[in-house]
Amino acid sequence: MMRTTIILKTASNYLLPVLLLFSIFILLRGHYLPGGGFVGGLIASIAFILHSFANGLHKTKELLVLHPGYLIPLGLAISFLSGLAPVVLYDLPFMTGLWSHDSVAILGHIGSALFFDMGVYLVVYGVTLTIIFTISESA
Amino acid sequence: MEILLALMIGVLYAGGIYMMLRRSLVKLIIGIILIGNGANLLIFLLGRITKGSPPIIPGDANVLTEAFADPVPQALILTAIVISFGLQSFAIVLVKRAHTVVKTDDLDEMNATDEDS
Amino acid sequence: MTQQIIIYPLFLQIAISIILMFSWNNIRFQKIFSVFGSFVSVVLAGWVFYYIWTTGTQTVQAANWSAPFGITFVADTFAATLVVLTSLAGLAVSIFSAATVLKDRLRFGYFPIFHFLLLGLNGAFLTGDIFNLYVWFEIIIISSFVLITIGGEKAQLEGAVKYFTLNILASIIFLTAIAVLYGLTGSLNMADLAGKIAAVENRGLVEITAILFLIGFGIKAGVFPLYFWLPASYHTPPFAVSSIFGGLLTKVGVYALIRVFTLIFTHDPFLNDILIVVAIFTLVSGGIGALVQNNIRKVFSYLIICHIGYMIAGLGMFTEVAIAGVIFYLIHDIVVKTNLFMISGLIFRLRGSNSMRALGGLYAEWPKISLLLFIPLFSLVGIPPLSGFWPKINLIKAGFAESNYVTVAAIIFASFITLIIIAKLWAEVFWKEPQELKLKENFKFFSKSTTFKKTQIVLPIALLSIVSLYIGFGAEHIQELSARIADELVNNQGYIDTVLHAAK
Repeated sequence: MMRTTIILKTASNYLLPVLLLFSIFILLRGHYLPGGGFVGGLIASIAFILHSFANGLHKTKELLVLHPGYLIPLGLAISFLSGLAPVVLYDLPFMTGLWSHDSVAILGHIGSALFFDMGVYLVVYGVTLTIIFTISESA
Repeated sequence: MEILLALMIGVLYAGGIYMMLRRSLVKLIIGIILIGNGANLLIFLLGRITKGSPPIIPGDANVLTEAFADPVPQALILTAIVISFGLQSFAIVLVKRAHTVVKTDDLDEMNATDEDS
Repeated sequence: MTQQIIIYPLFLQIAISIILMFSWNNIRFQKIFSVFGSFVSVVLAGWVFYYIWTTGTQTVQAANWSAPFGITFVADTFAATLVVLTSLAGLAVSIFSAATVLKDRLRFGYFPIFHFLLLGLNGAFLTGDIFNLYVWFEIIIISSFVLITIGGEKAQLEGAVKYFTLNILASIIFLTAIAVLYGLTGSLNMADLAGKIAAVENRGLVEITAILFLIGFGIKAGVFPLYFWLPASYHTPPFAVSSIFGGLLTKVGVYALIRVFTLIFTHDPFLNDILIVVAIFTLVSGGIGALVQNNIRKVFSYLIICHIGYMIAGLGMFTEVAIAGVIFYLIHDIVVKTNLFMISGLIFRLRGSNSMRALGGLYAEWPKISLLLFIPLFSLVGIPPLSGFWPKINLIKAGFAESNYVTVAAIIFASFITLIIIAKLWAEVFWKEPQELKLKENFKFFSKSTTFKKTQIVLPIALLSIVSLYIGFGAEHIQELSARIADELVNNQGYIDTVLHAAK
């Protein structure tokens, strides 16, 4: 167990939800502005990594209901299906963007790109956390 | 700016190759990271550096009116960075495993694969 | 809907991987599903091939961005043929893995990664975009890194470090070449590049870019003097892994070389000379290397290198006859090399060793299996009418037509060396007096396995041997196919027109 300052410990408890919210914000604004699934996923995993630095790895693992490894195939499946949707539904080439006609509050027009980004978010989150957990467990 | 970048790319490539030629496993990885970054910068430089806005056509127009930056090199670099992120994290884990199993970080002592069996 | 069938093999492989990842801990399901999925992929690849054979080159513009702006997937006859071969080798290795790879390894996601590797291979064959090719290459090498290290034995990790370093270096050189190419032309679509490179005035820089591509792909293909990682790593992983590596990974480097040097950098006598010199050295050094090895898998590793030389030589001669020979050899080589490493696995199961000195008497003990192994071993040598014989006719014919006698001599020399090596192997392993069996605990000898396991090990070898026999005895079909592919590759205007002016 490494020694950590009480400041970091206290701060990480508050930072975790804020960073997670921020990562979702980054994910959603990603289509026309800087941001997107990759950065969002990295920020989300950084939130948990920071928490594990402050409170130790096993505390962070208790926090996670699902092992992050399971999110990798889930994210891949979401991304893959969002690319496959235009092929199956409209006979358009793979990964053609599909967009809704009416815009939704906050999100704007919803398209298949958003689902693709969500998949990327989950994959990046799962992969990064799995890597970091593996490295720090064997240390 | 181009000259500066070109010099930097040269330094990154040279440093990367120098580090890869060392016998230590850790330096090998540092070399791979350096040379990978050099390649990314090279794409950036060869895609022409222009001061311009992002290539997004405004809602009330049909064509781009002002000077814009070529988005393709940036997309390529982003892809390459993501790939090298994966490769480098794998490399670190591999080196760590190799070090615990072989008990050395000297590449010259890794010659079990040449043994006659 | 029908046109998009050319990328269905990619969909299938990624879907298999995702489903296998969801059942991470259920090894039994993974085995069954992987074999089933590989079987479906063979059927699908056959369908794609039939479609391309009847309708000609087809394209899919990903995300509906028209070429050259988006990523284009192109299936010409060459790509479709390789997709068929990949799925065949994939099916054989999938069955073989289910029987031979240890449970500990399967638990770390062997099968999902295996299908990612097949996804990367199929993608590399089908893409028409040079940067996308780089991405598929990365998918291939990341999966192969995992496969080569899975299990983590000492020799395996050492082999992996060598494999890893050289392959990453190759990727970075490839990326550098792409950067220069983009700087020169501002395009990444291979068909578009073909026209734009021809118009570039700075020929020196074009030549340097071509050399960068040659080095990058050459490391992956294992040509002289860039092959040293190959014999240092291919004998370390599980047998199933080395058979998919030996059959397909170096061949994807050869594929990339053929694609780039028949489409983008064409009609450059300097480059062709370099290719021929490289090929001669590869043939000779690979053959001599194989001669002195004792471990069967190392012998086969050097033979891979030696036989890469045939393909590079044909590419260097660059006539339609020579390219047809290259394609024929590629088809034959993928099947046989995959089979050879599975054979080494079977021999290991039979006798518990891979050292030629410690083996012997297989023919007396297992006559039927020995006769089965005779087919791929002597197909490799090219005893007529087995499959290795026919492509060499094309290559030698092209060599005489070009008055390239040194190349012809090297090709014949390499064939003889292969013959000597296989004869030596046959004498040592099959005919020599049986050596004393070193009994190992916890080692599953073939004779102690259940009948089901035995079938699982022998069936894929038999399957690929039948394919080899077909290539040998049905050589006129393969020759027709190779001639058509060579025609498409040499007269590349058809490919370019299809990609750039394809109807949506």
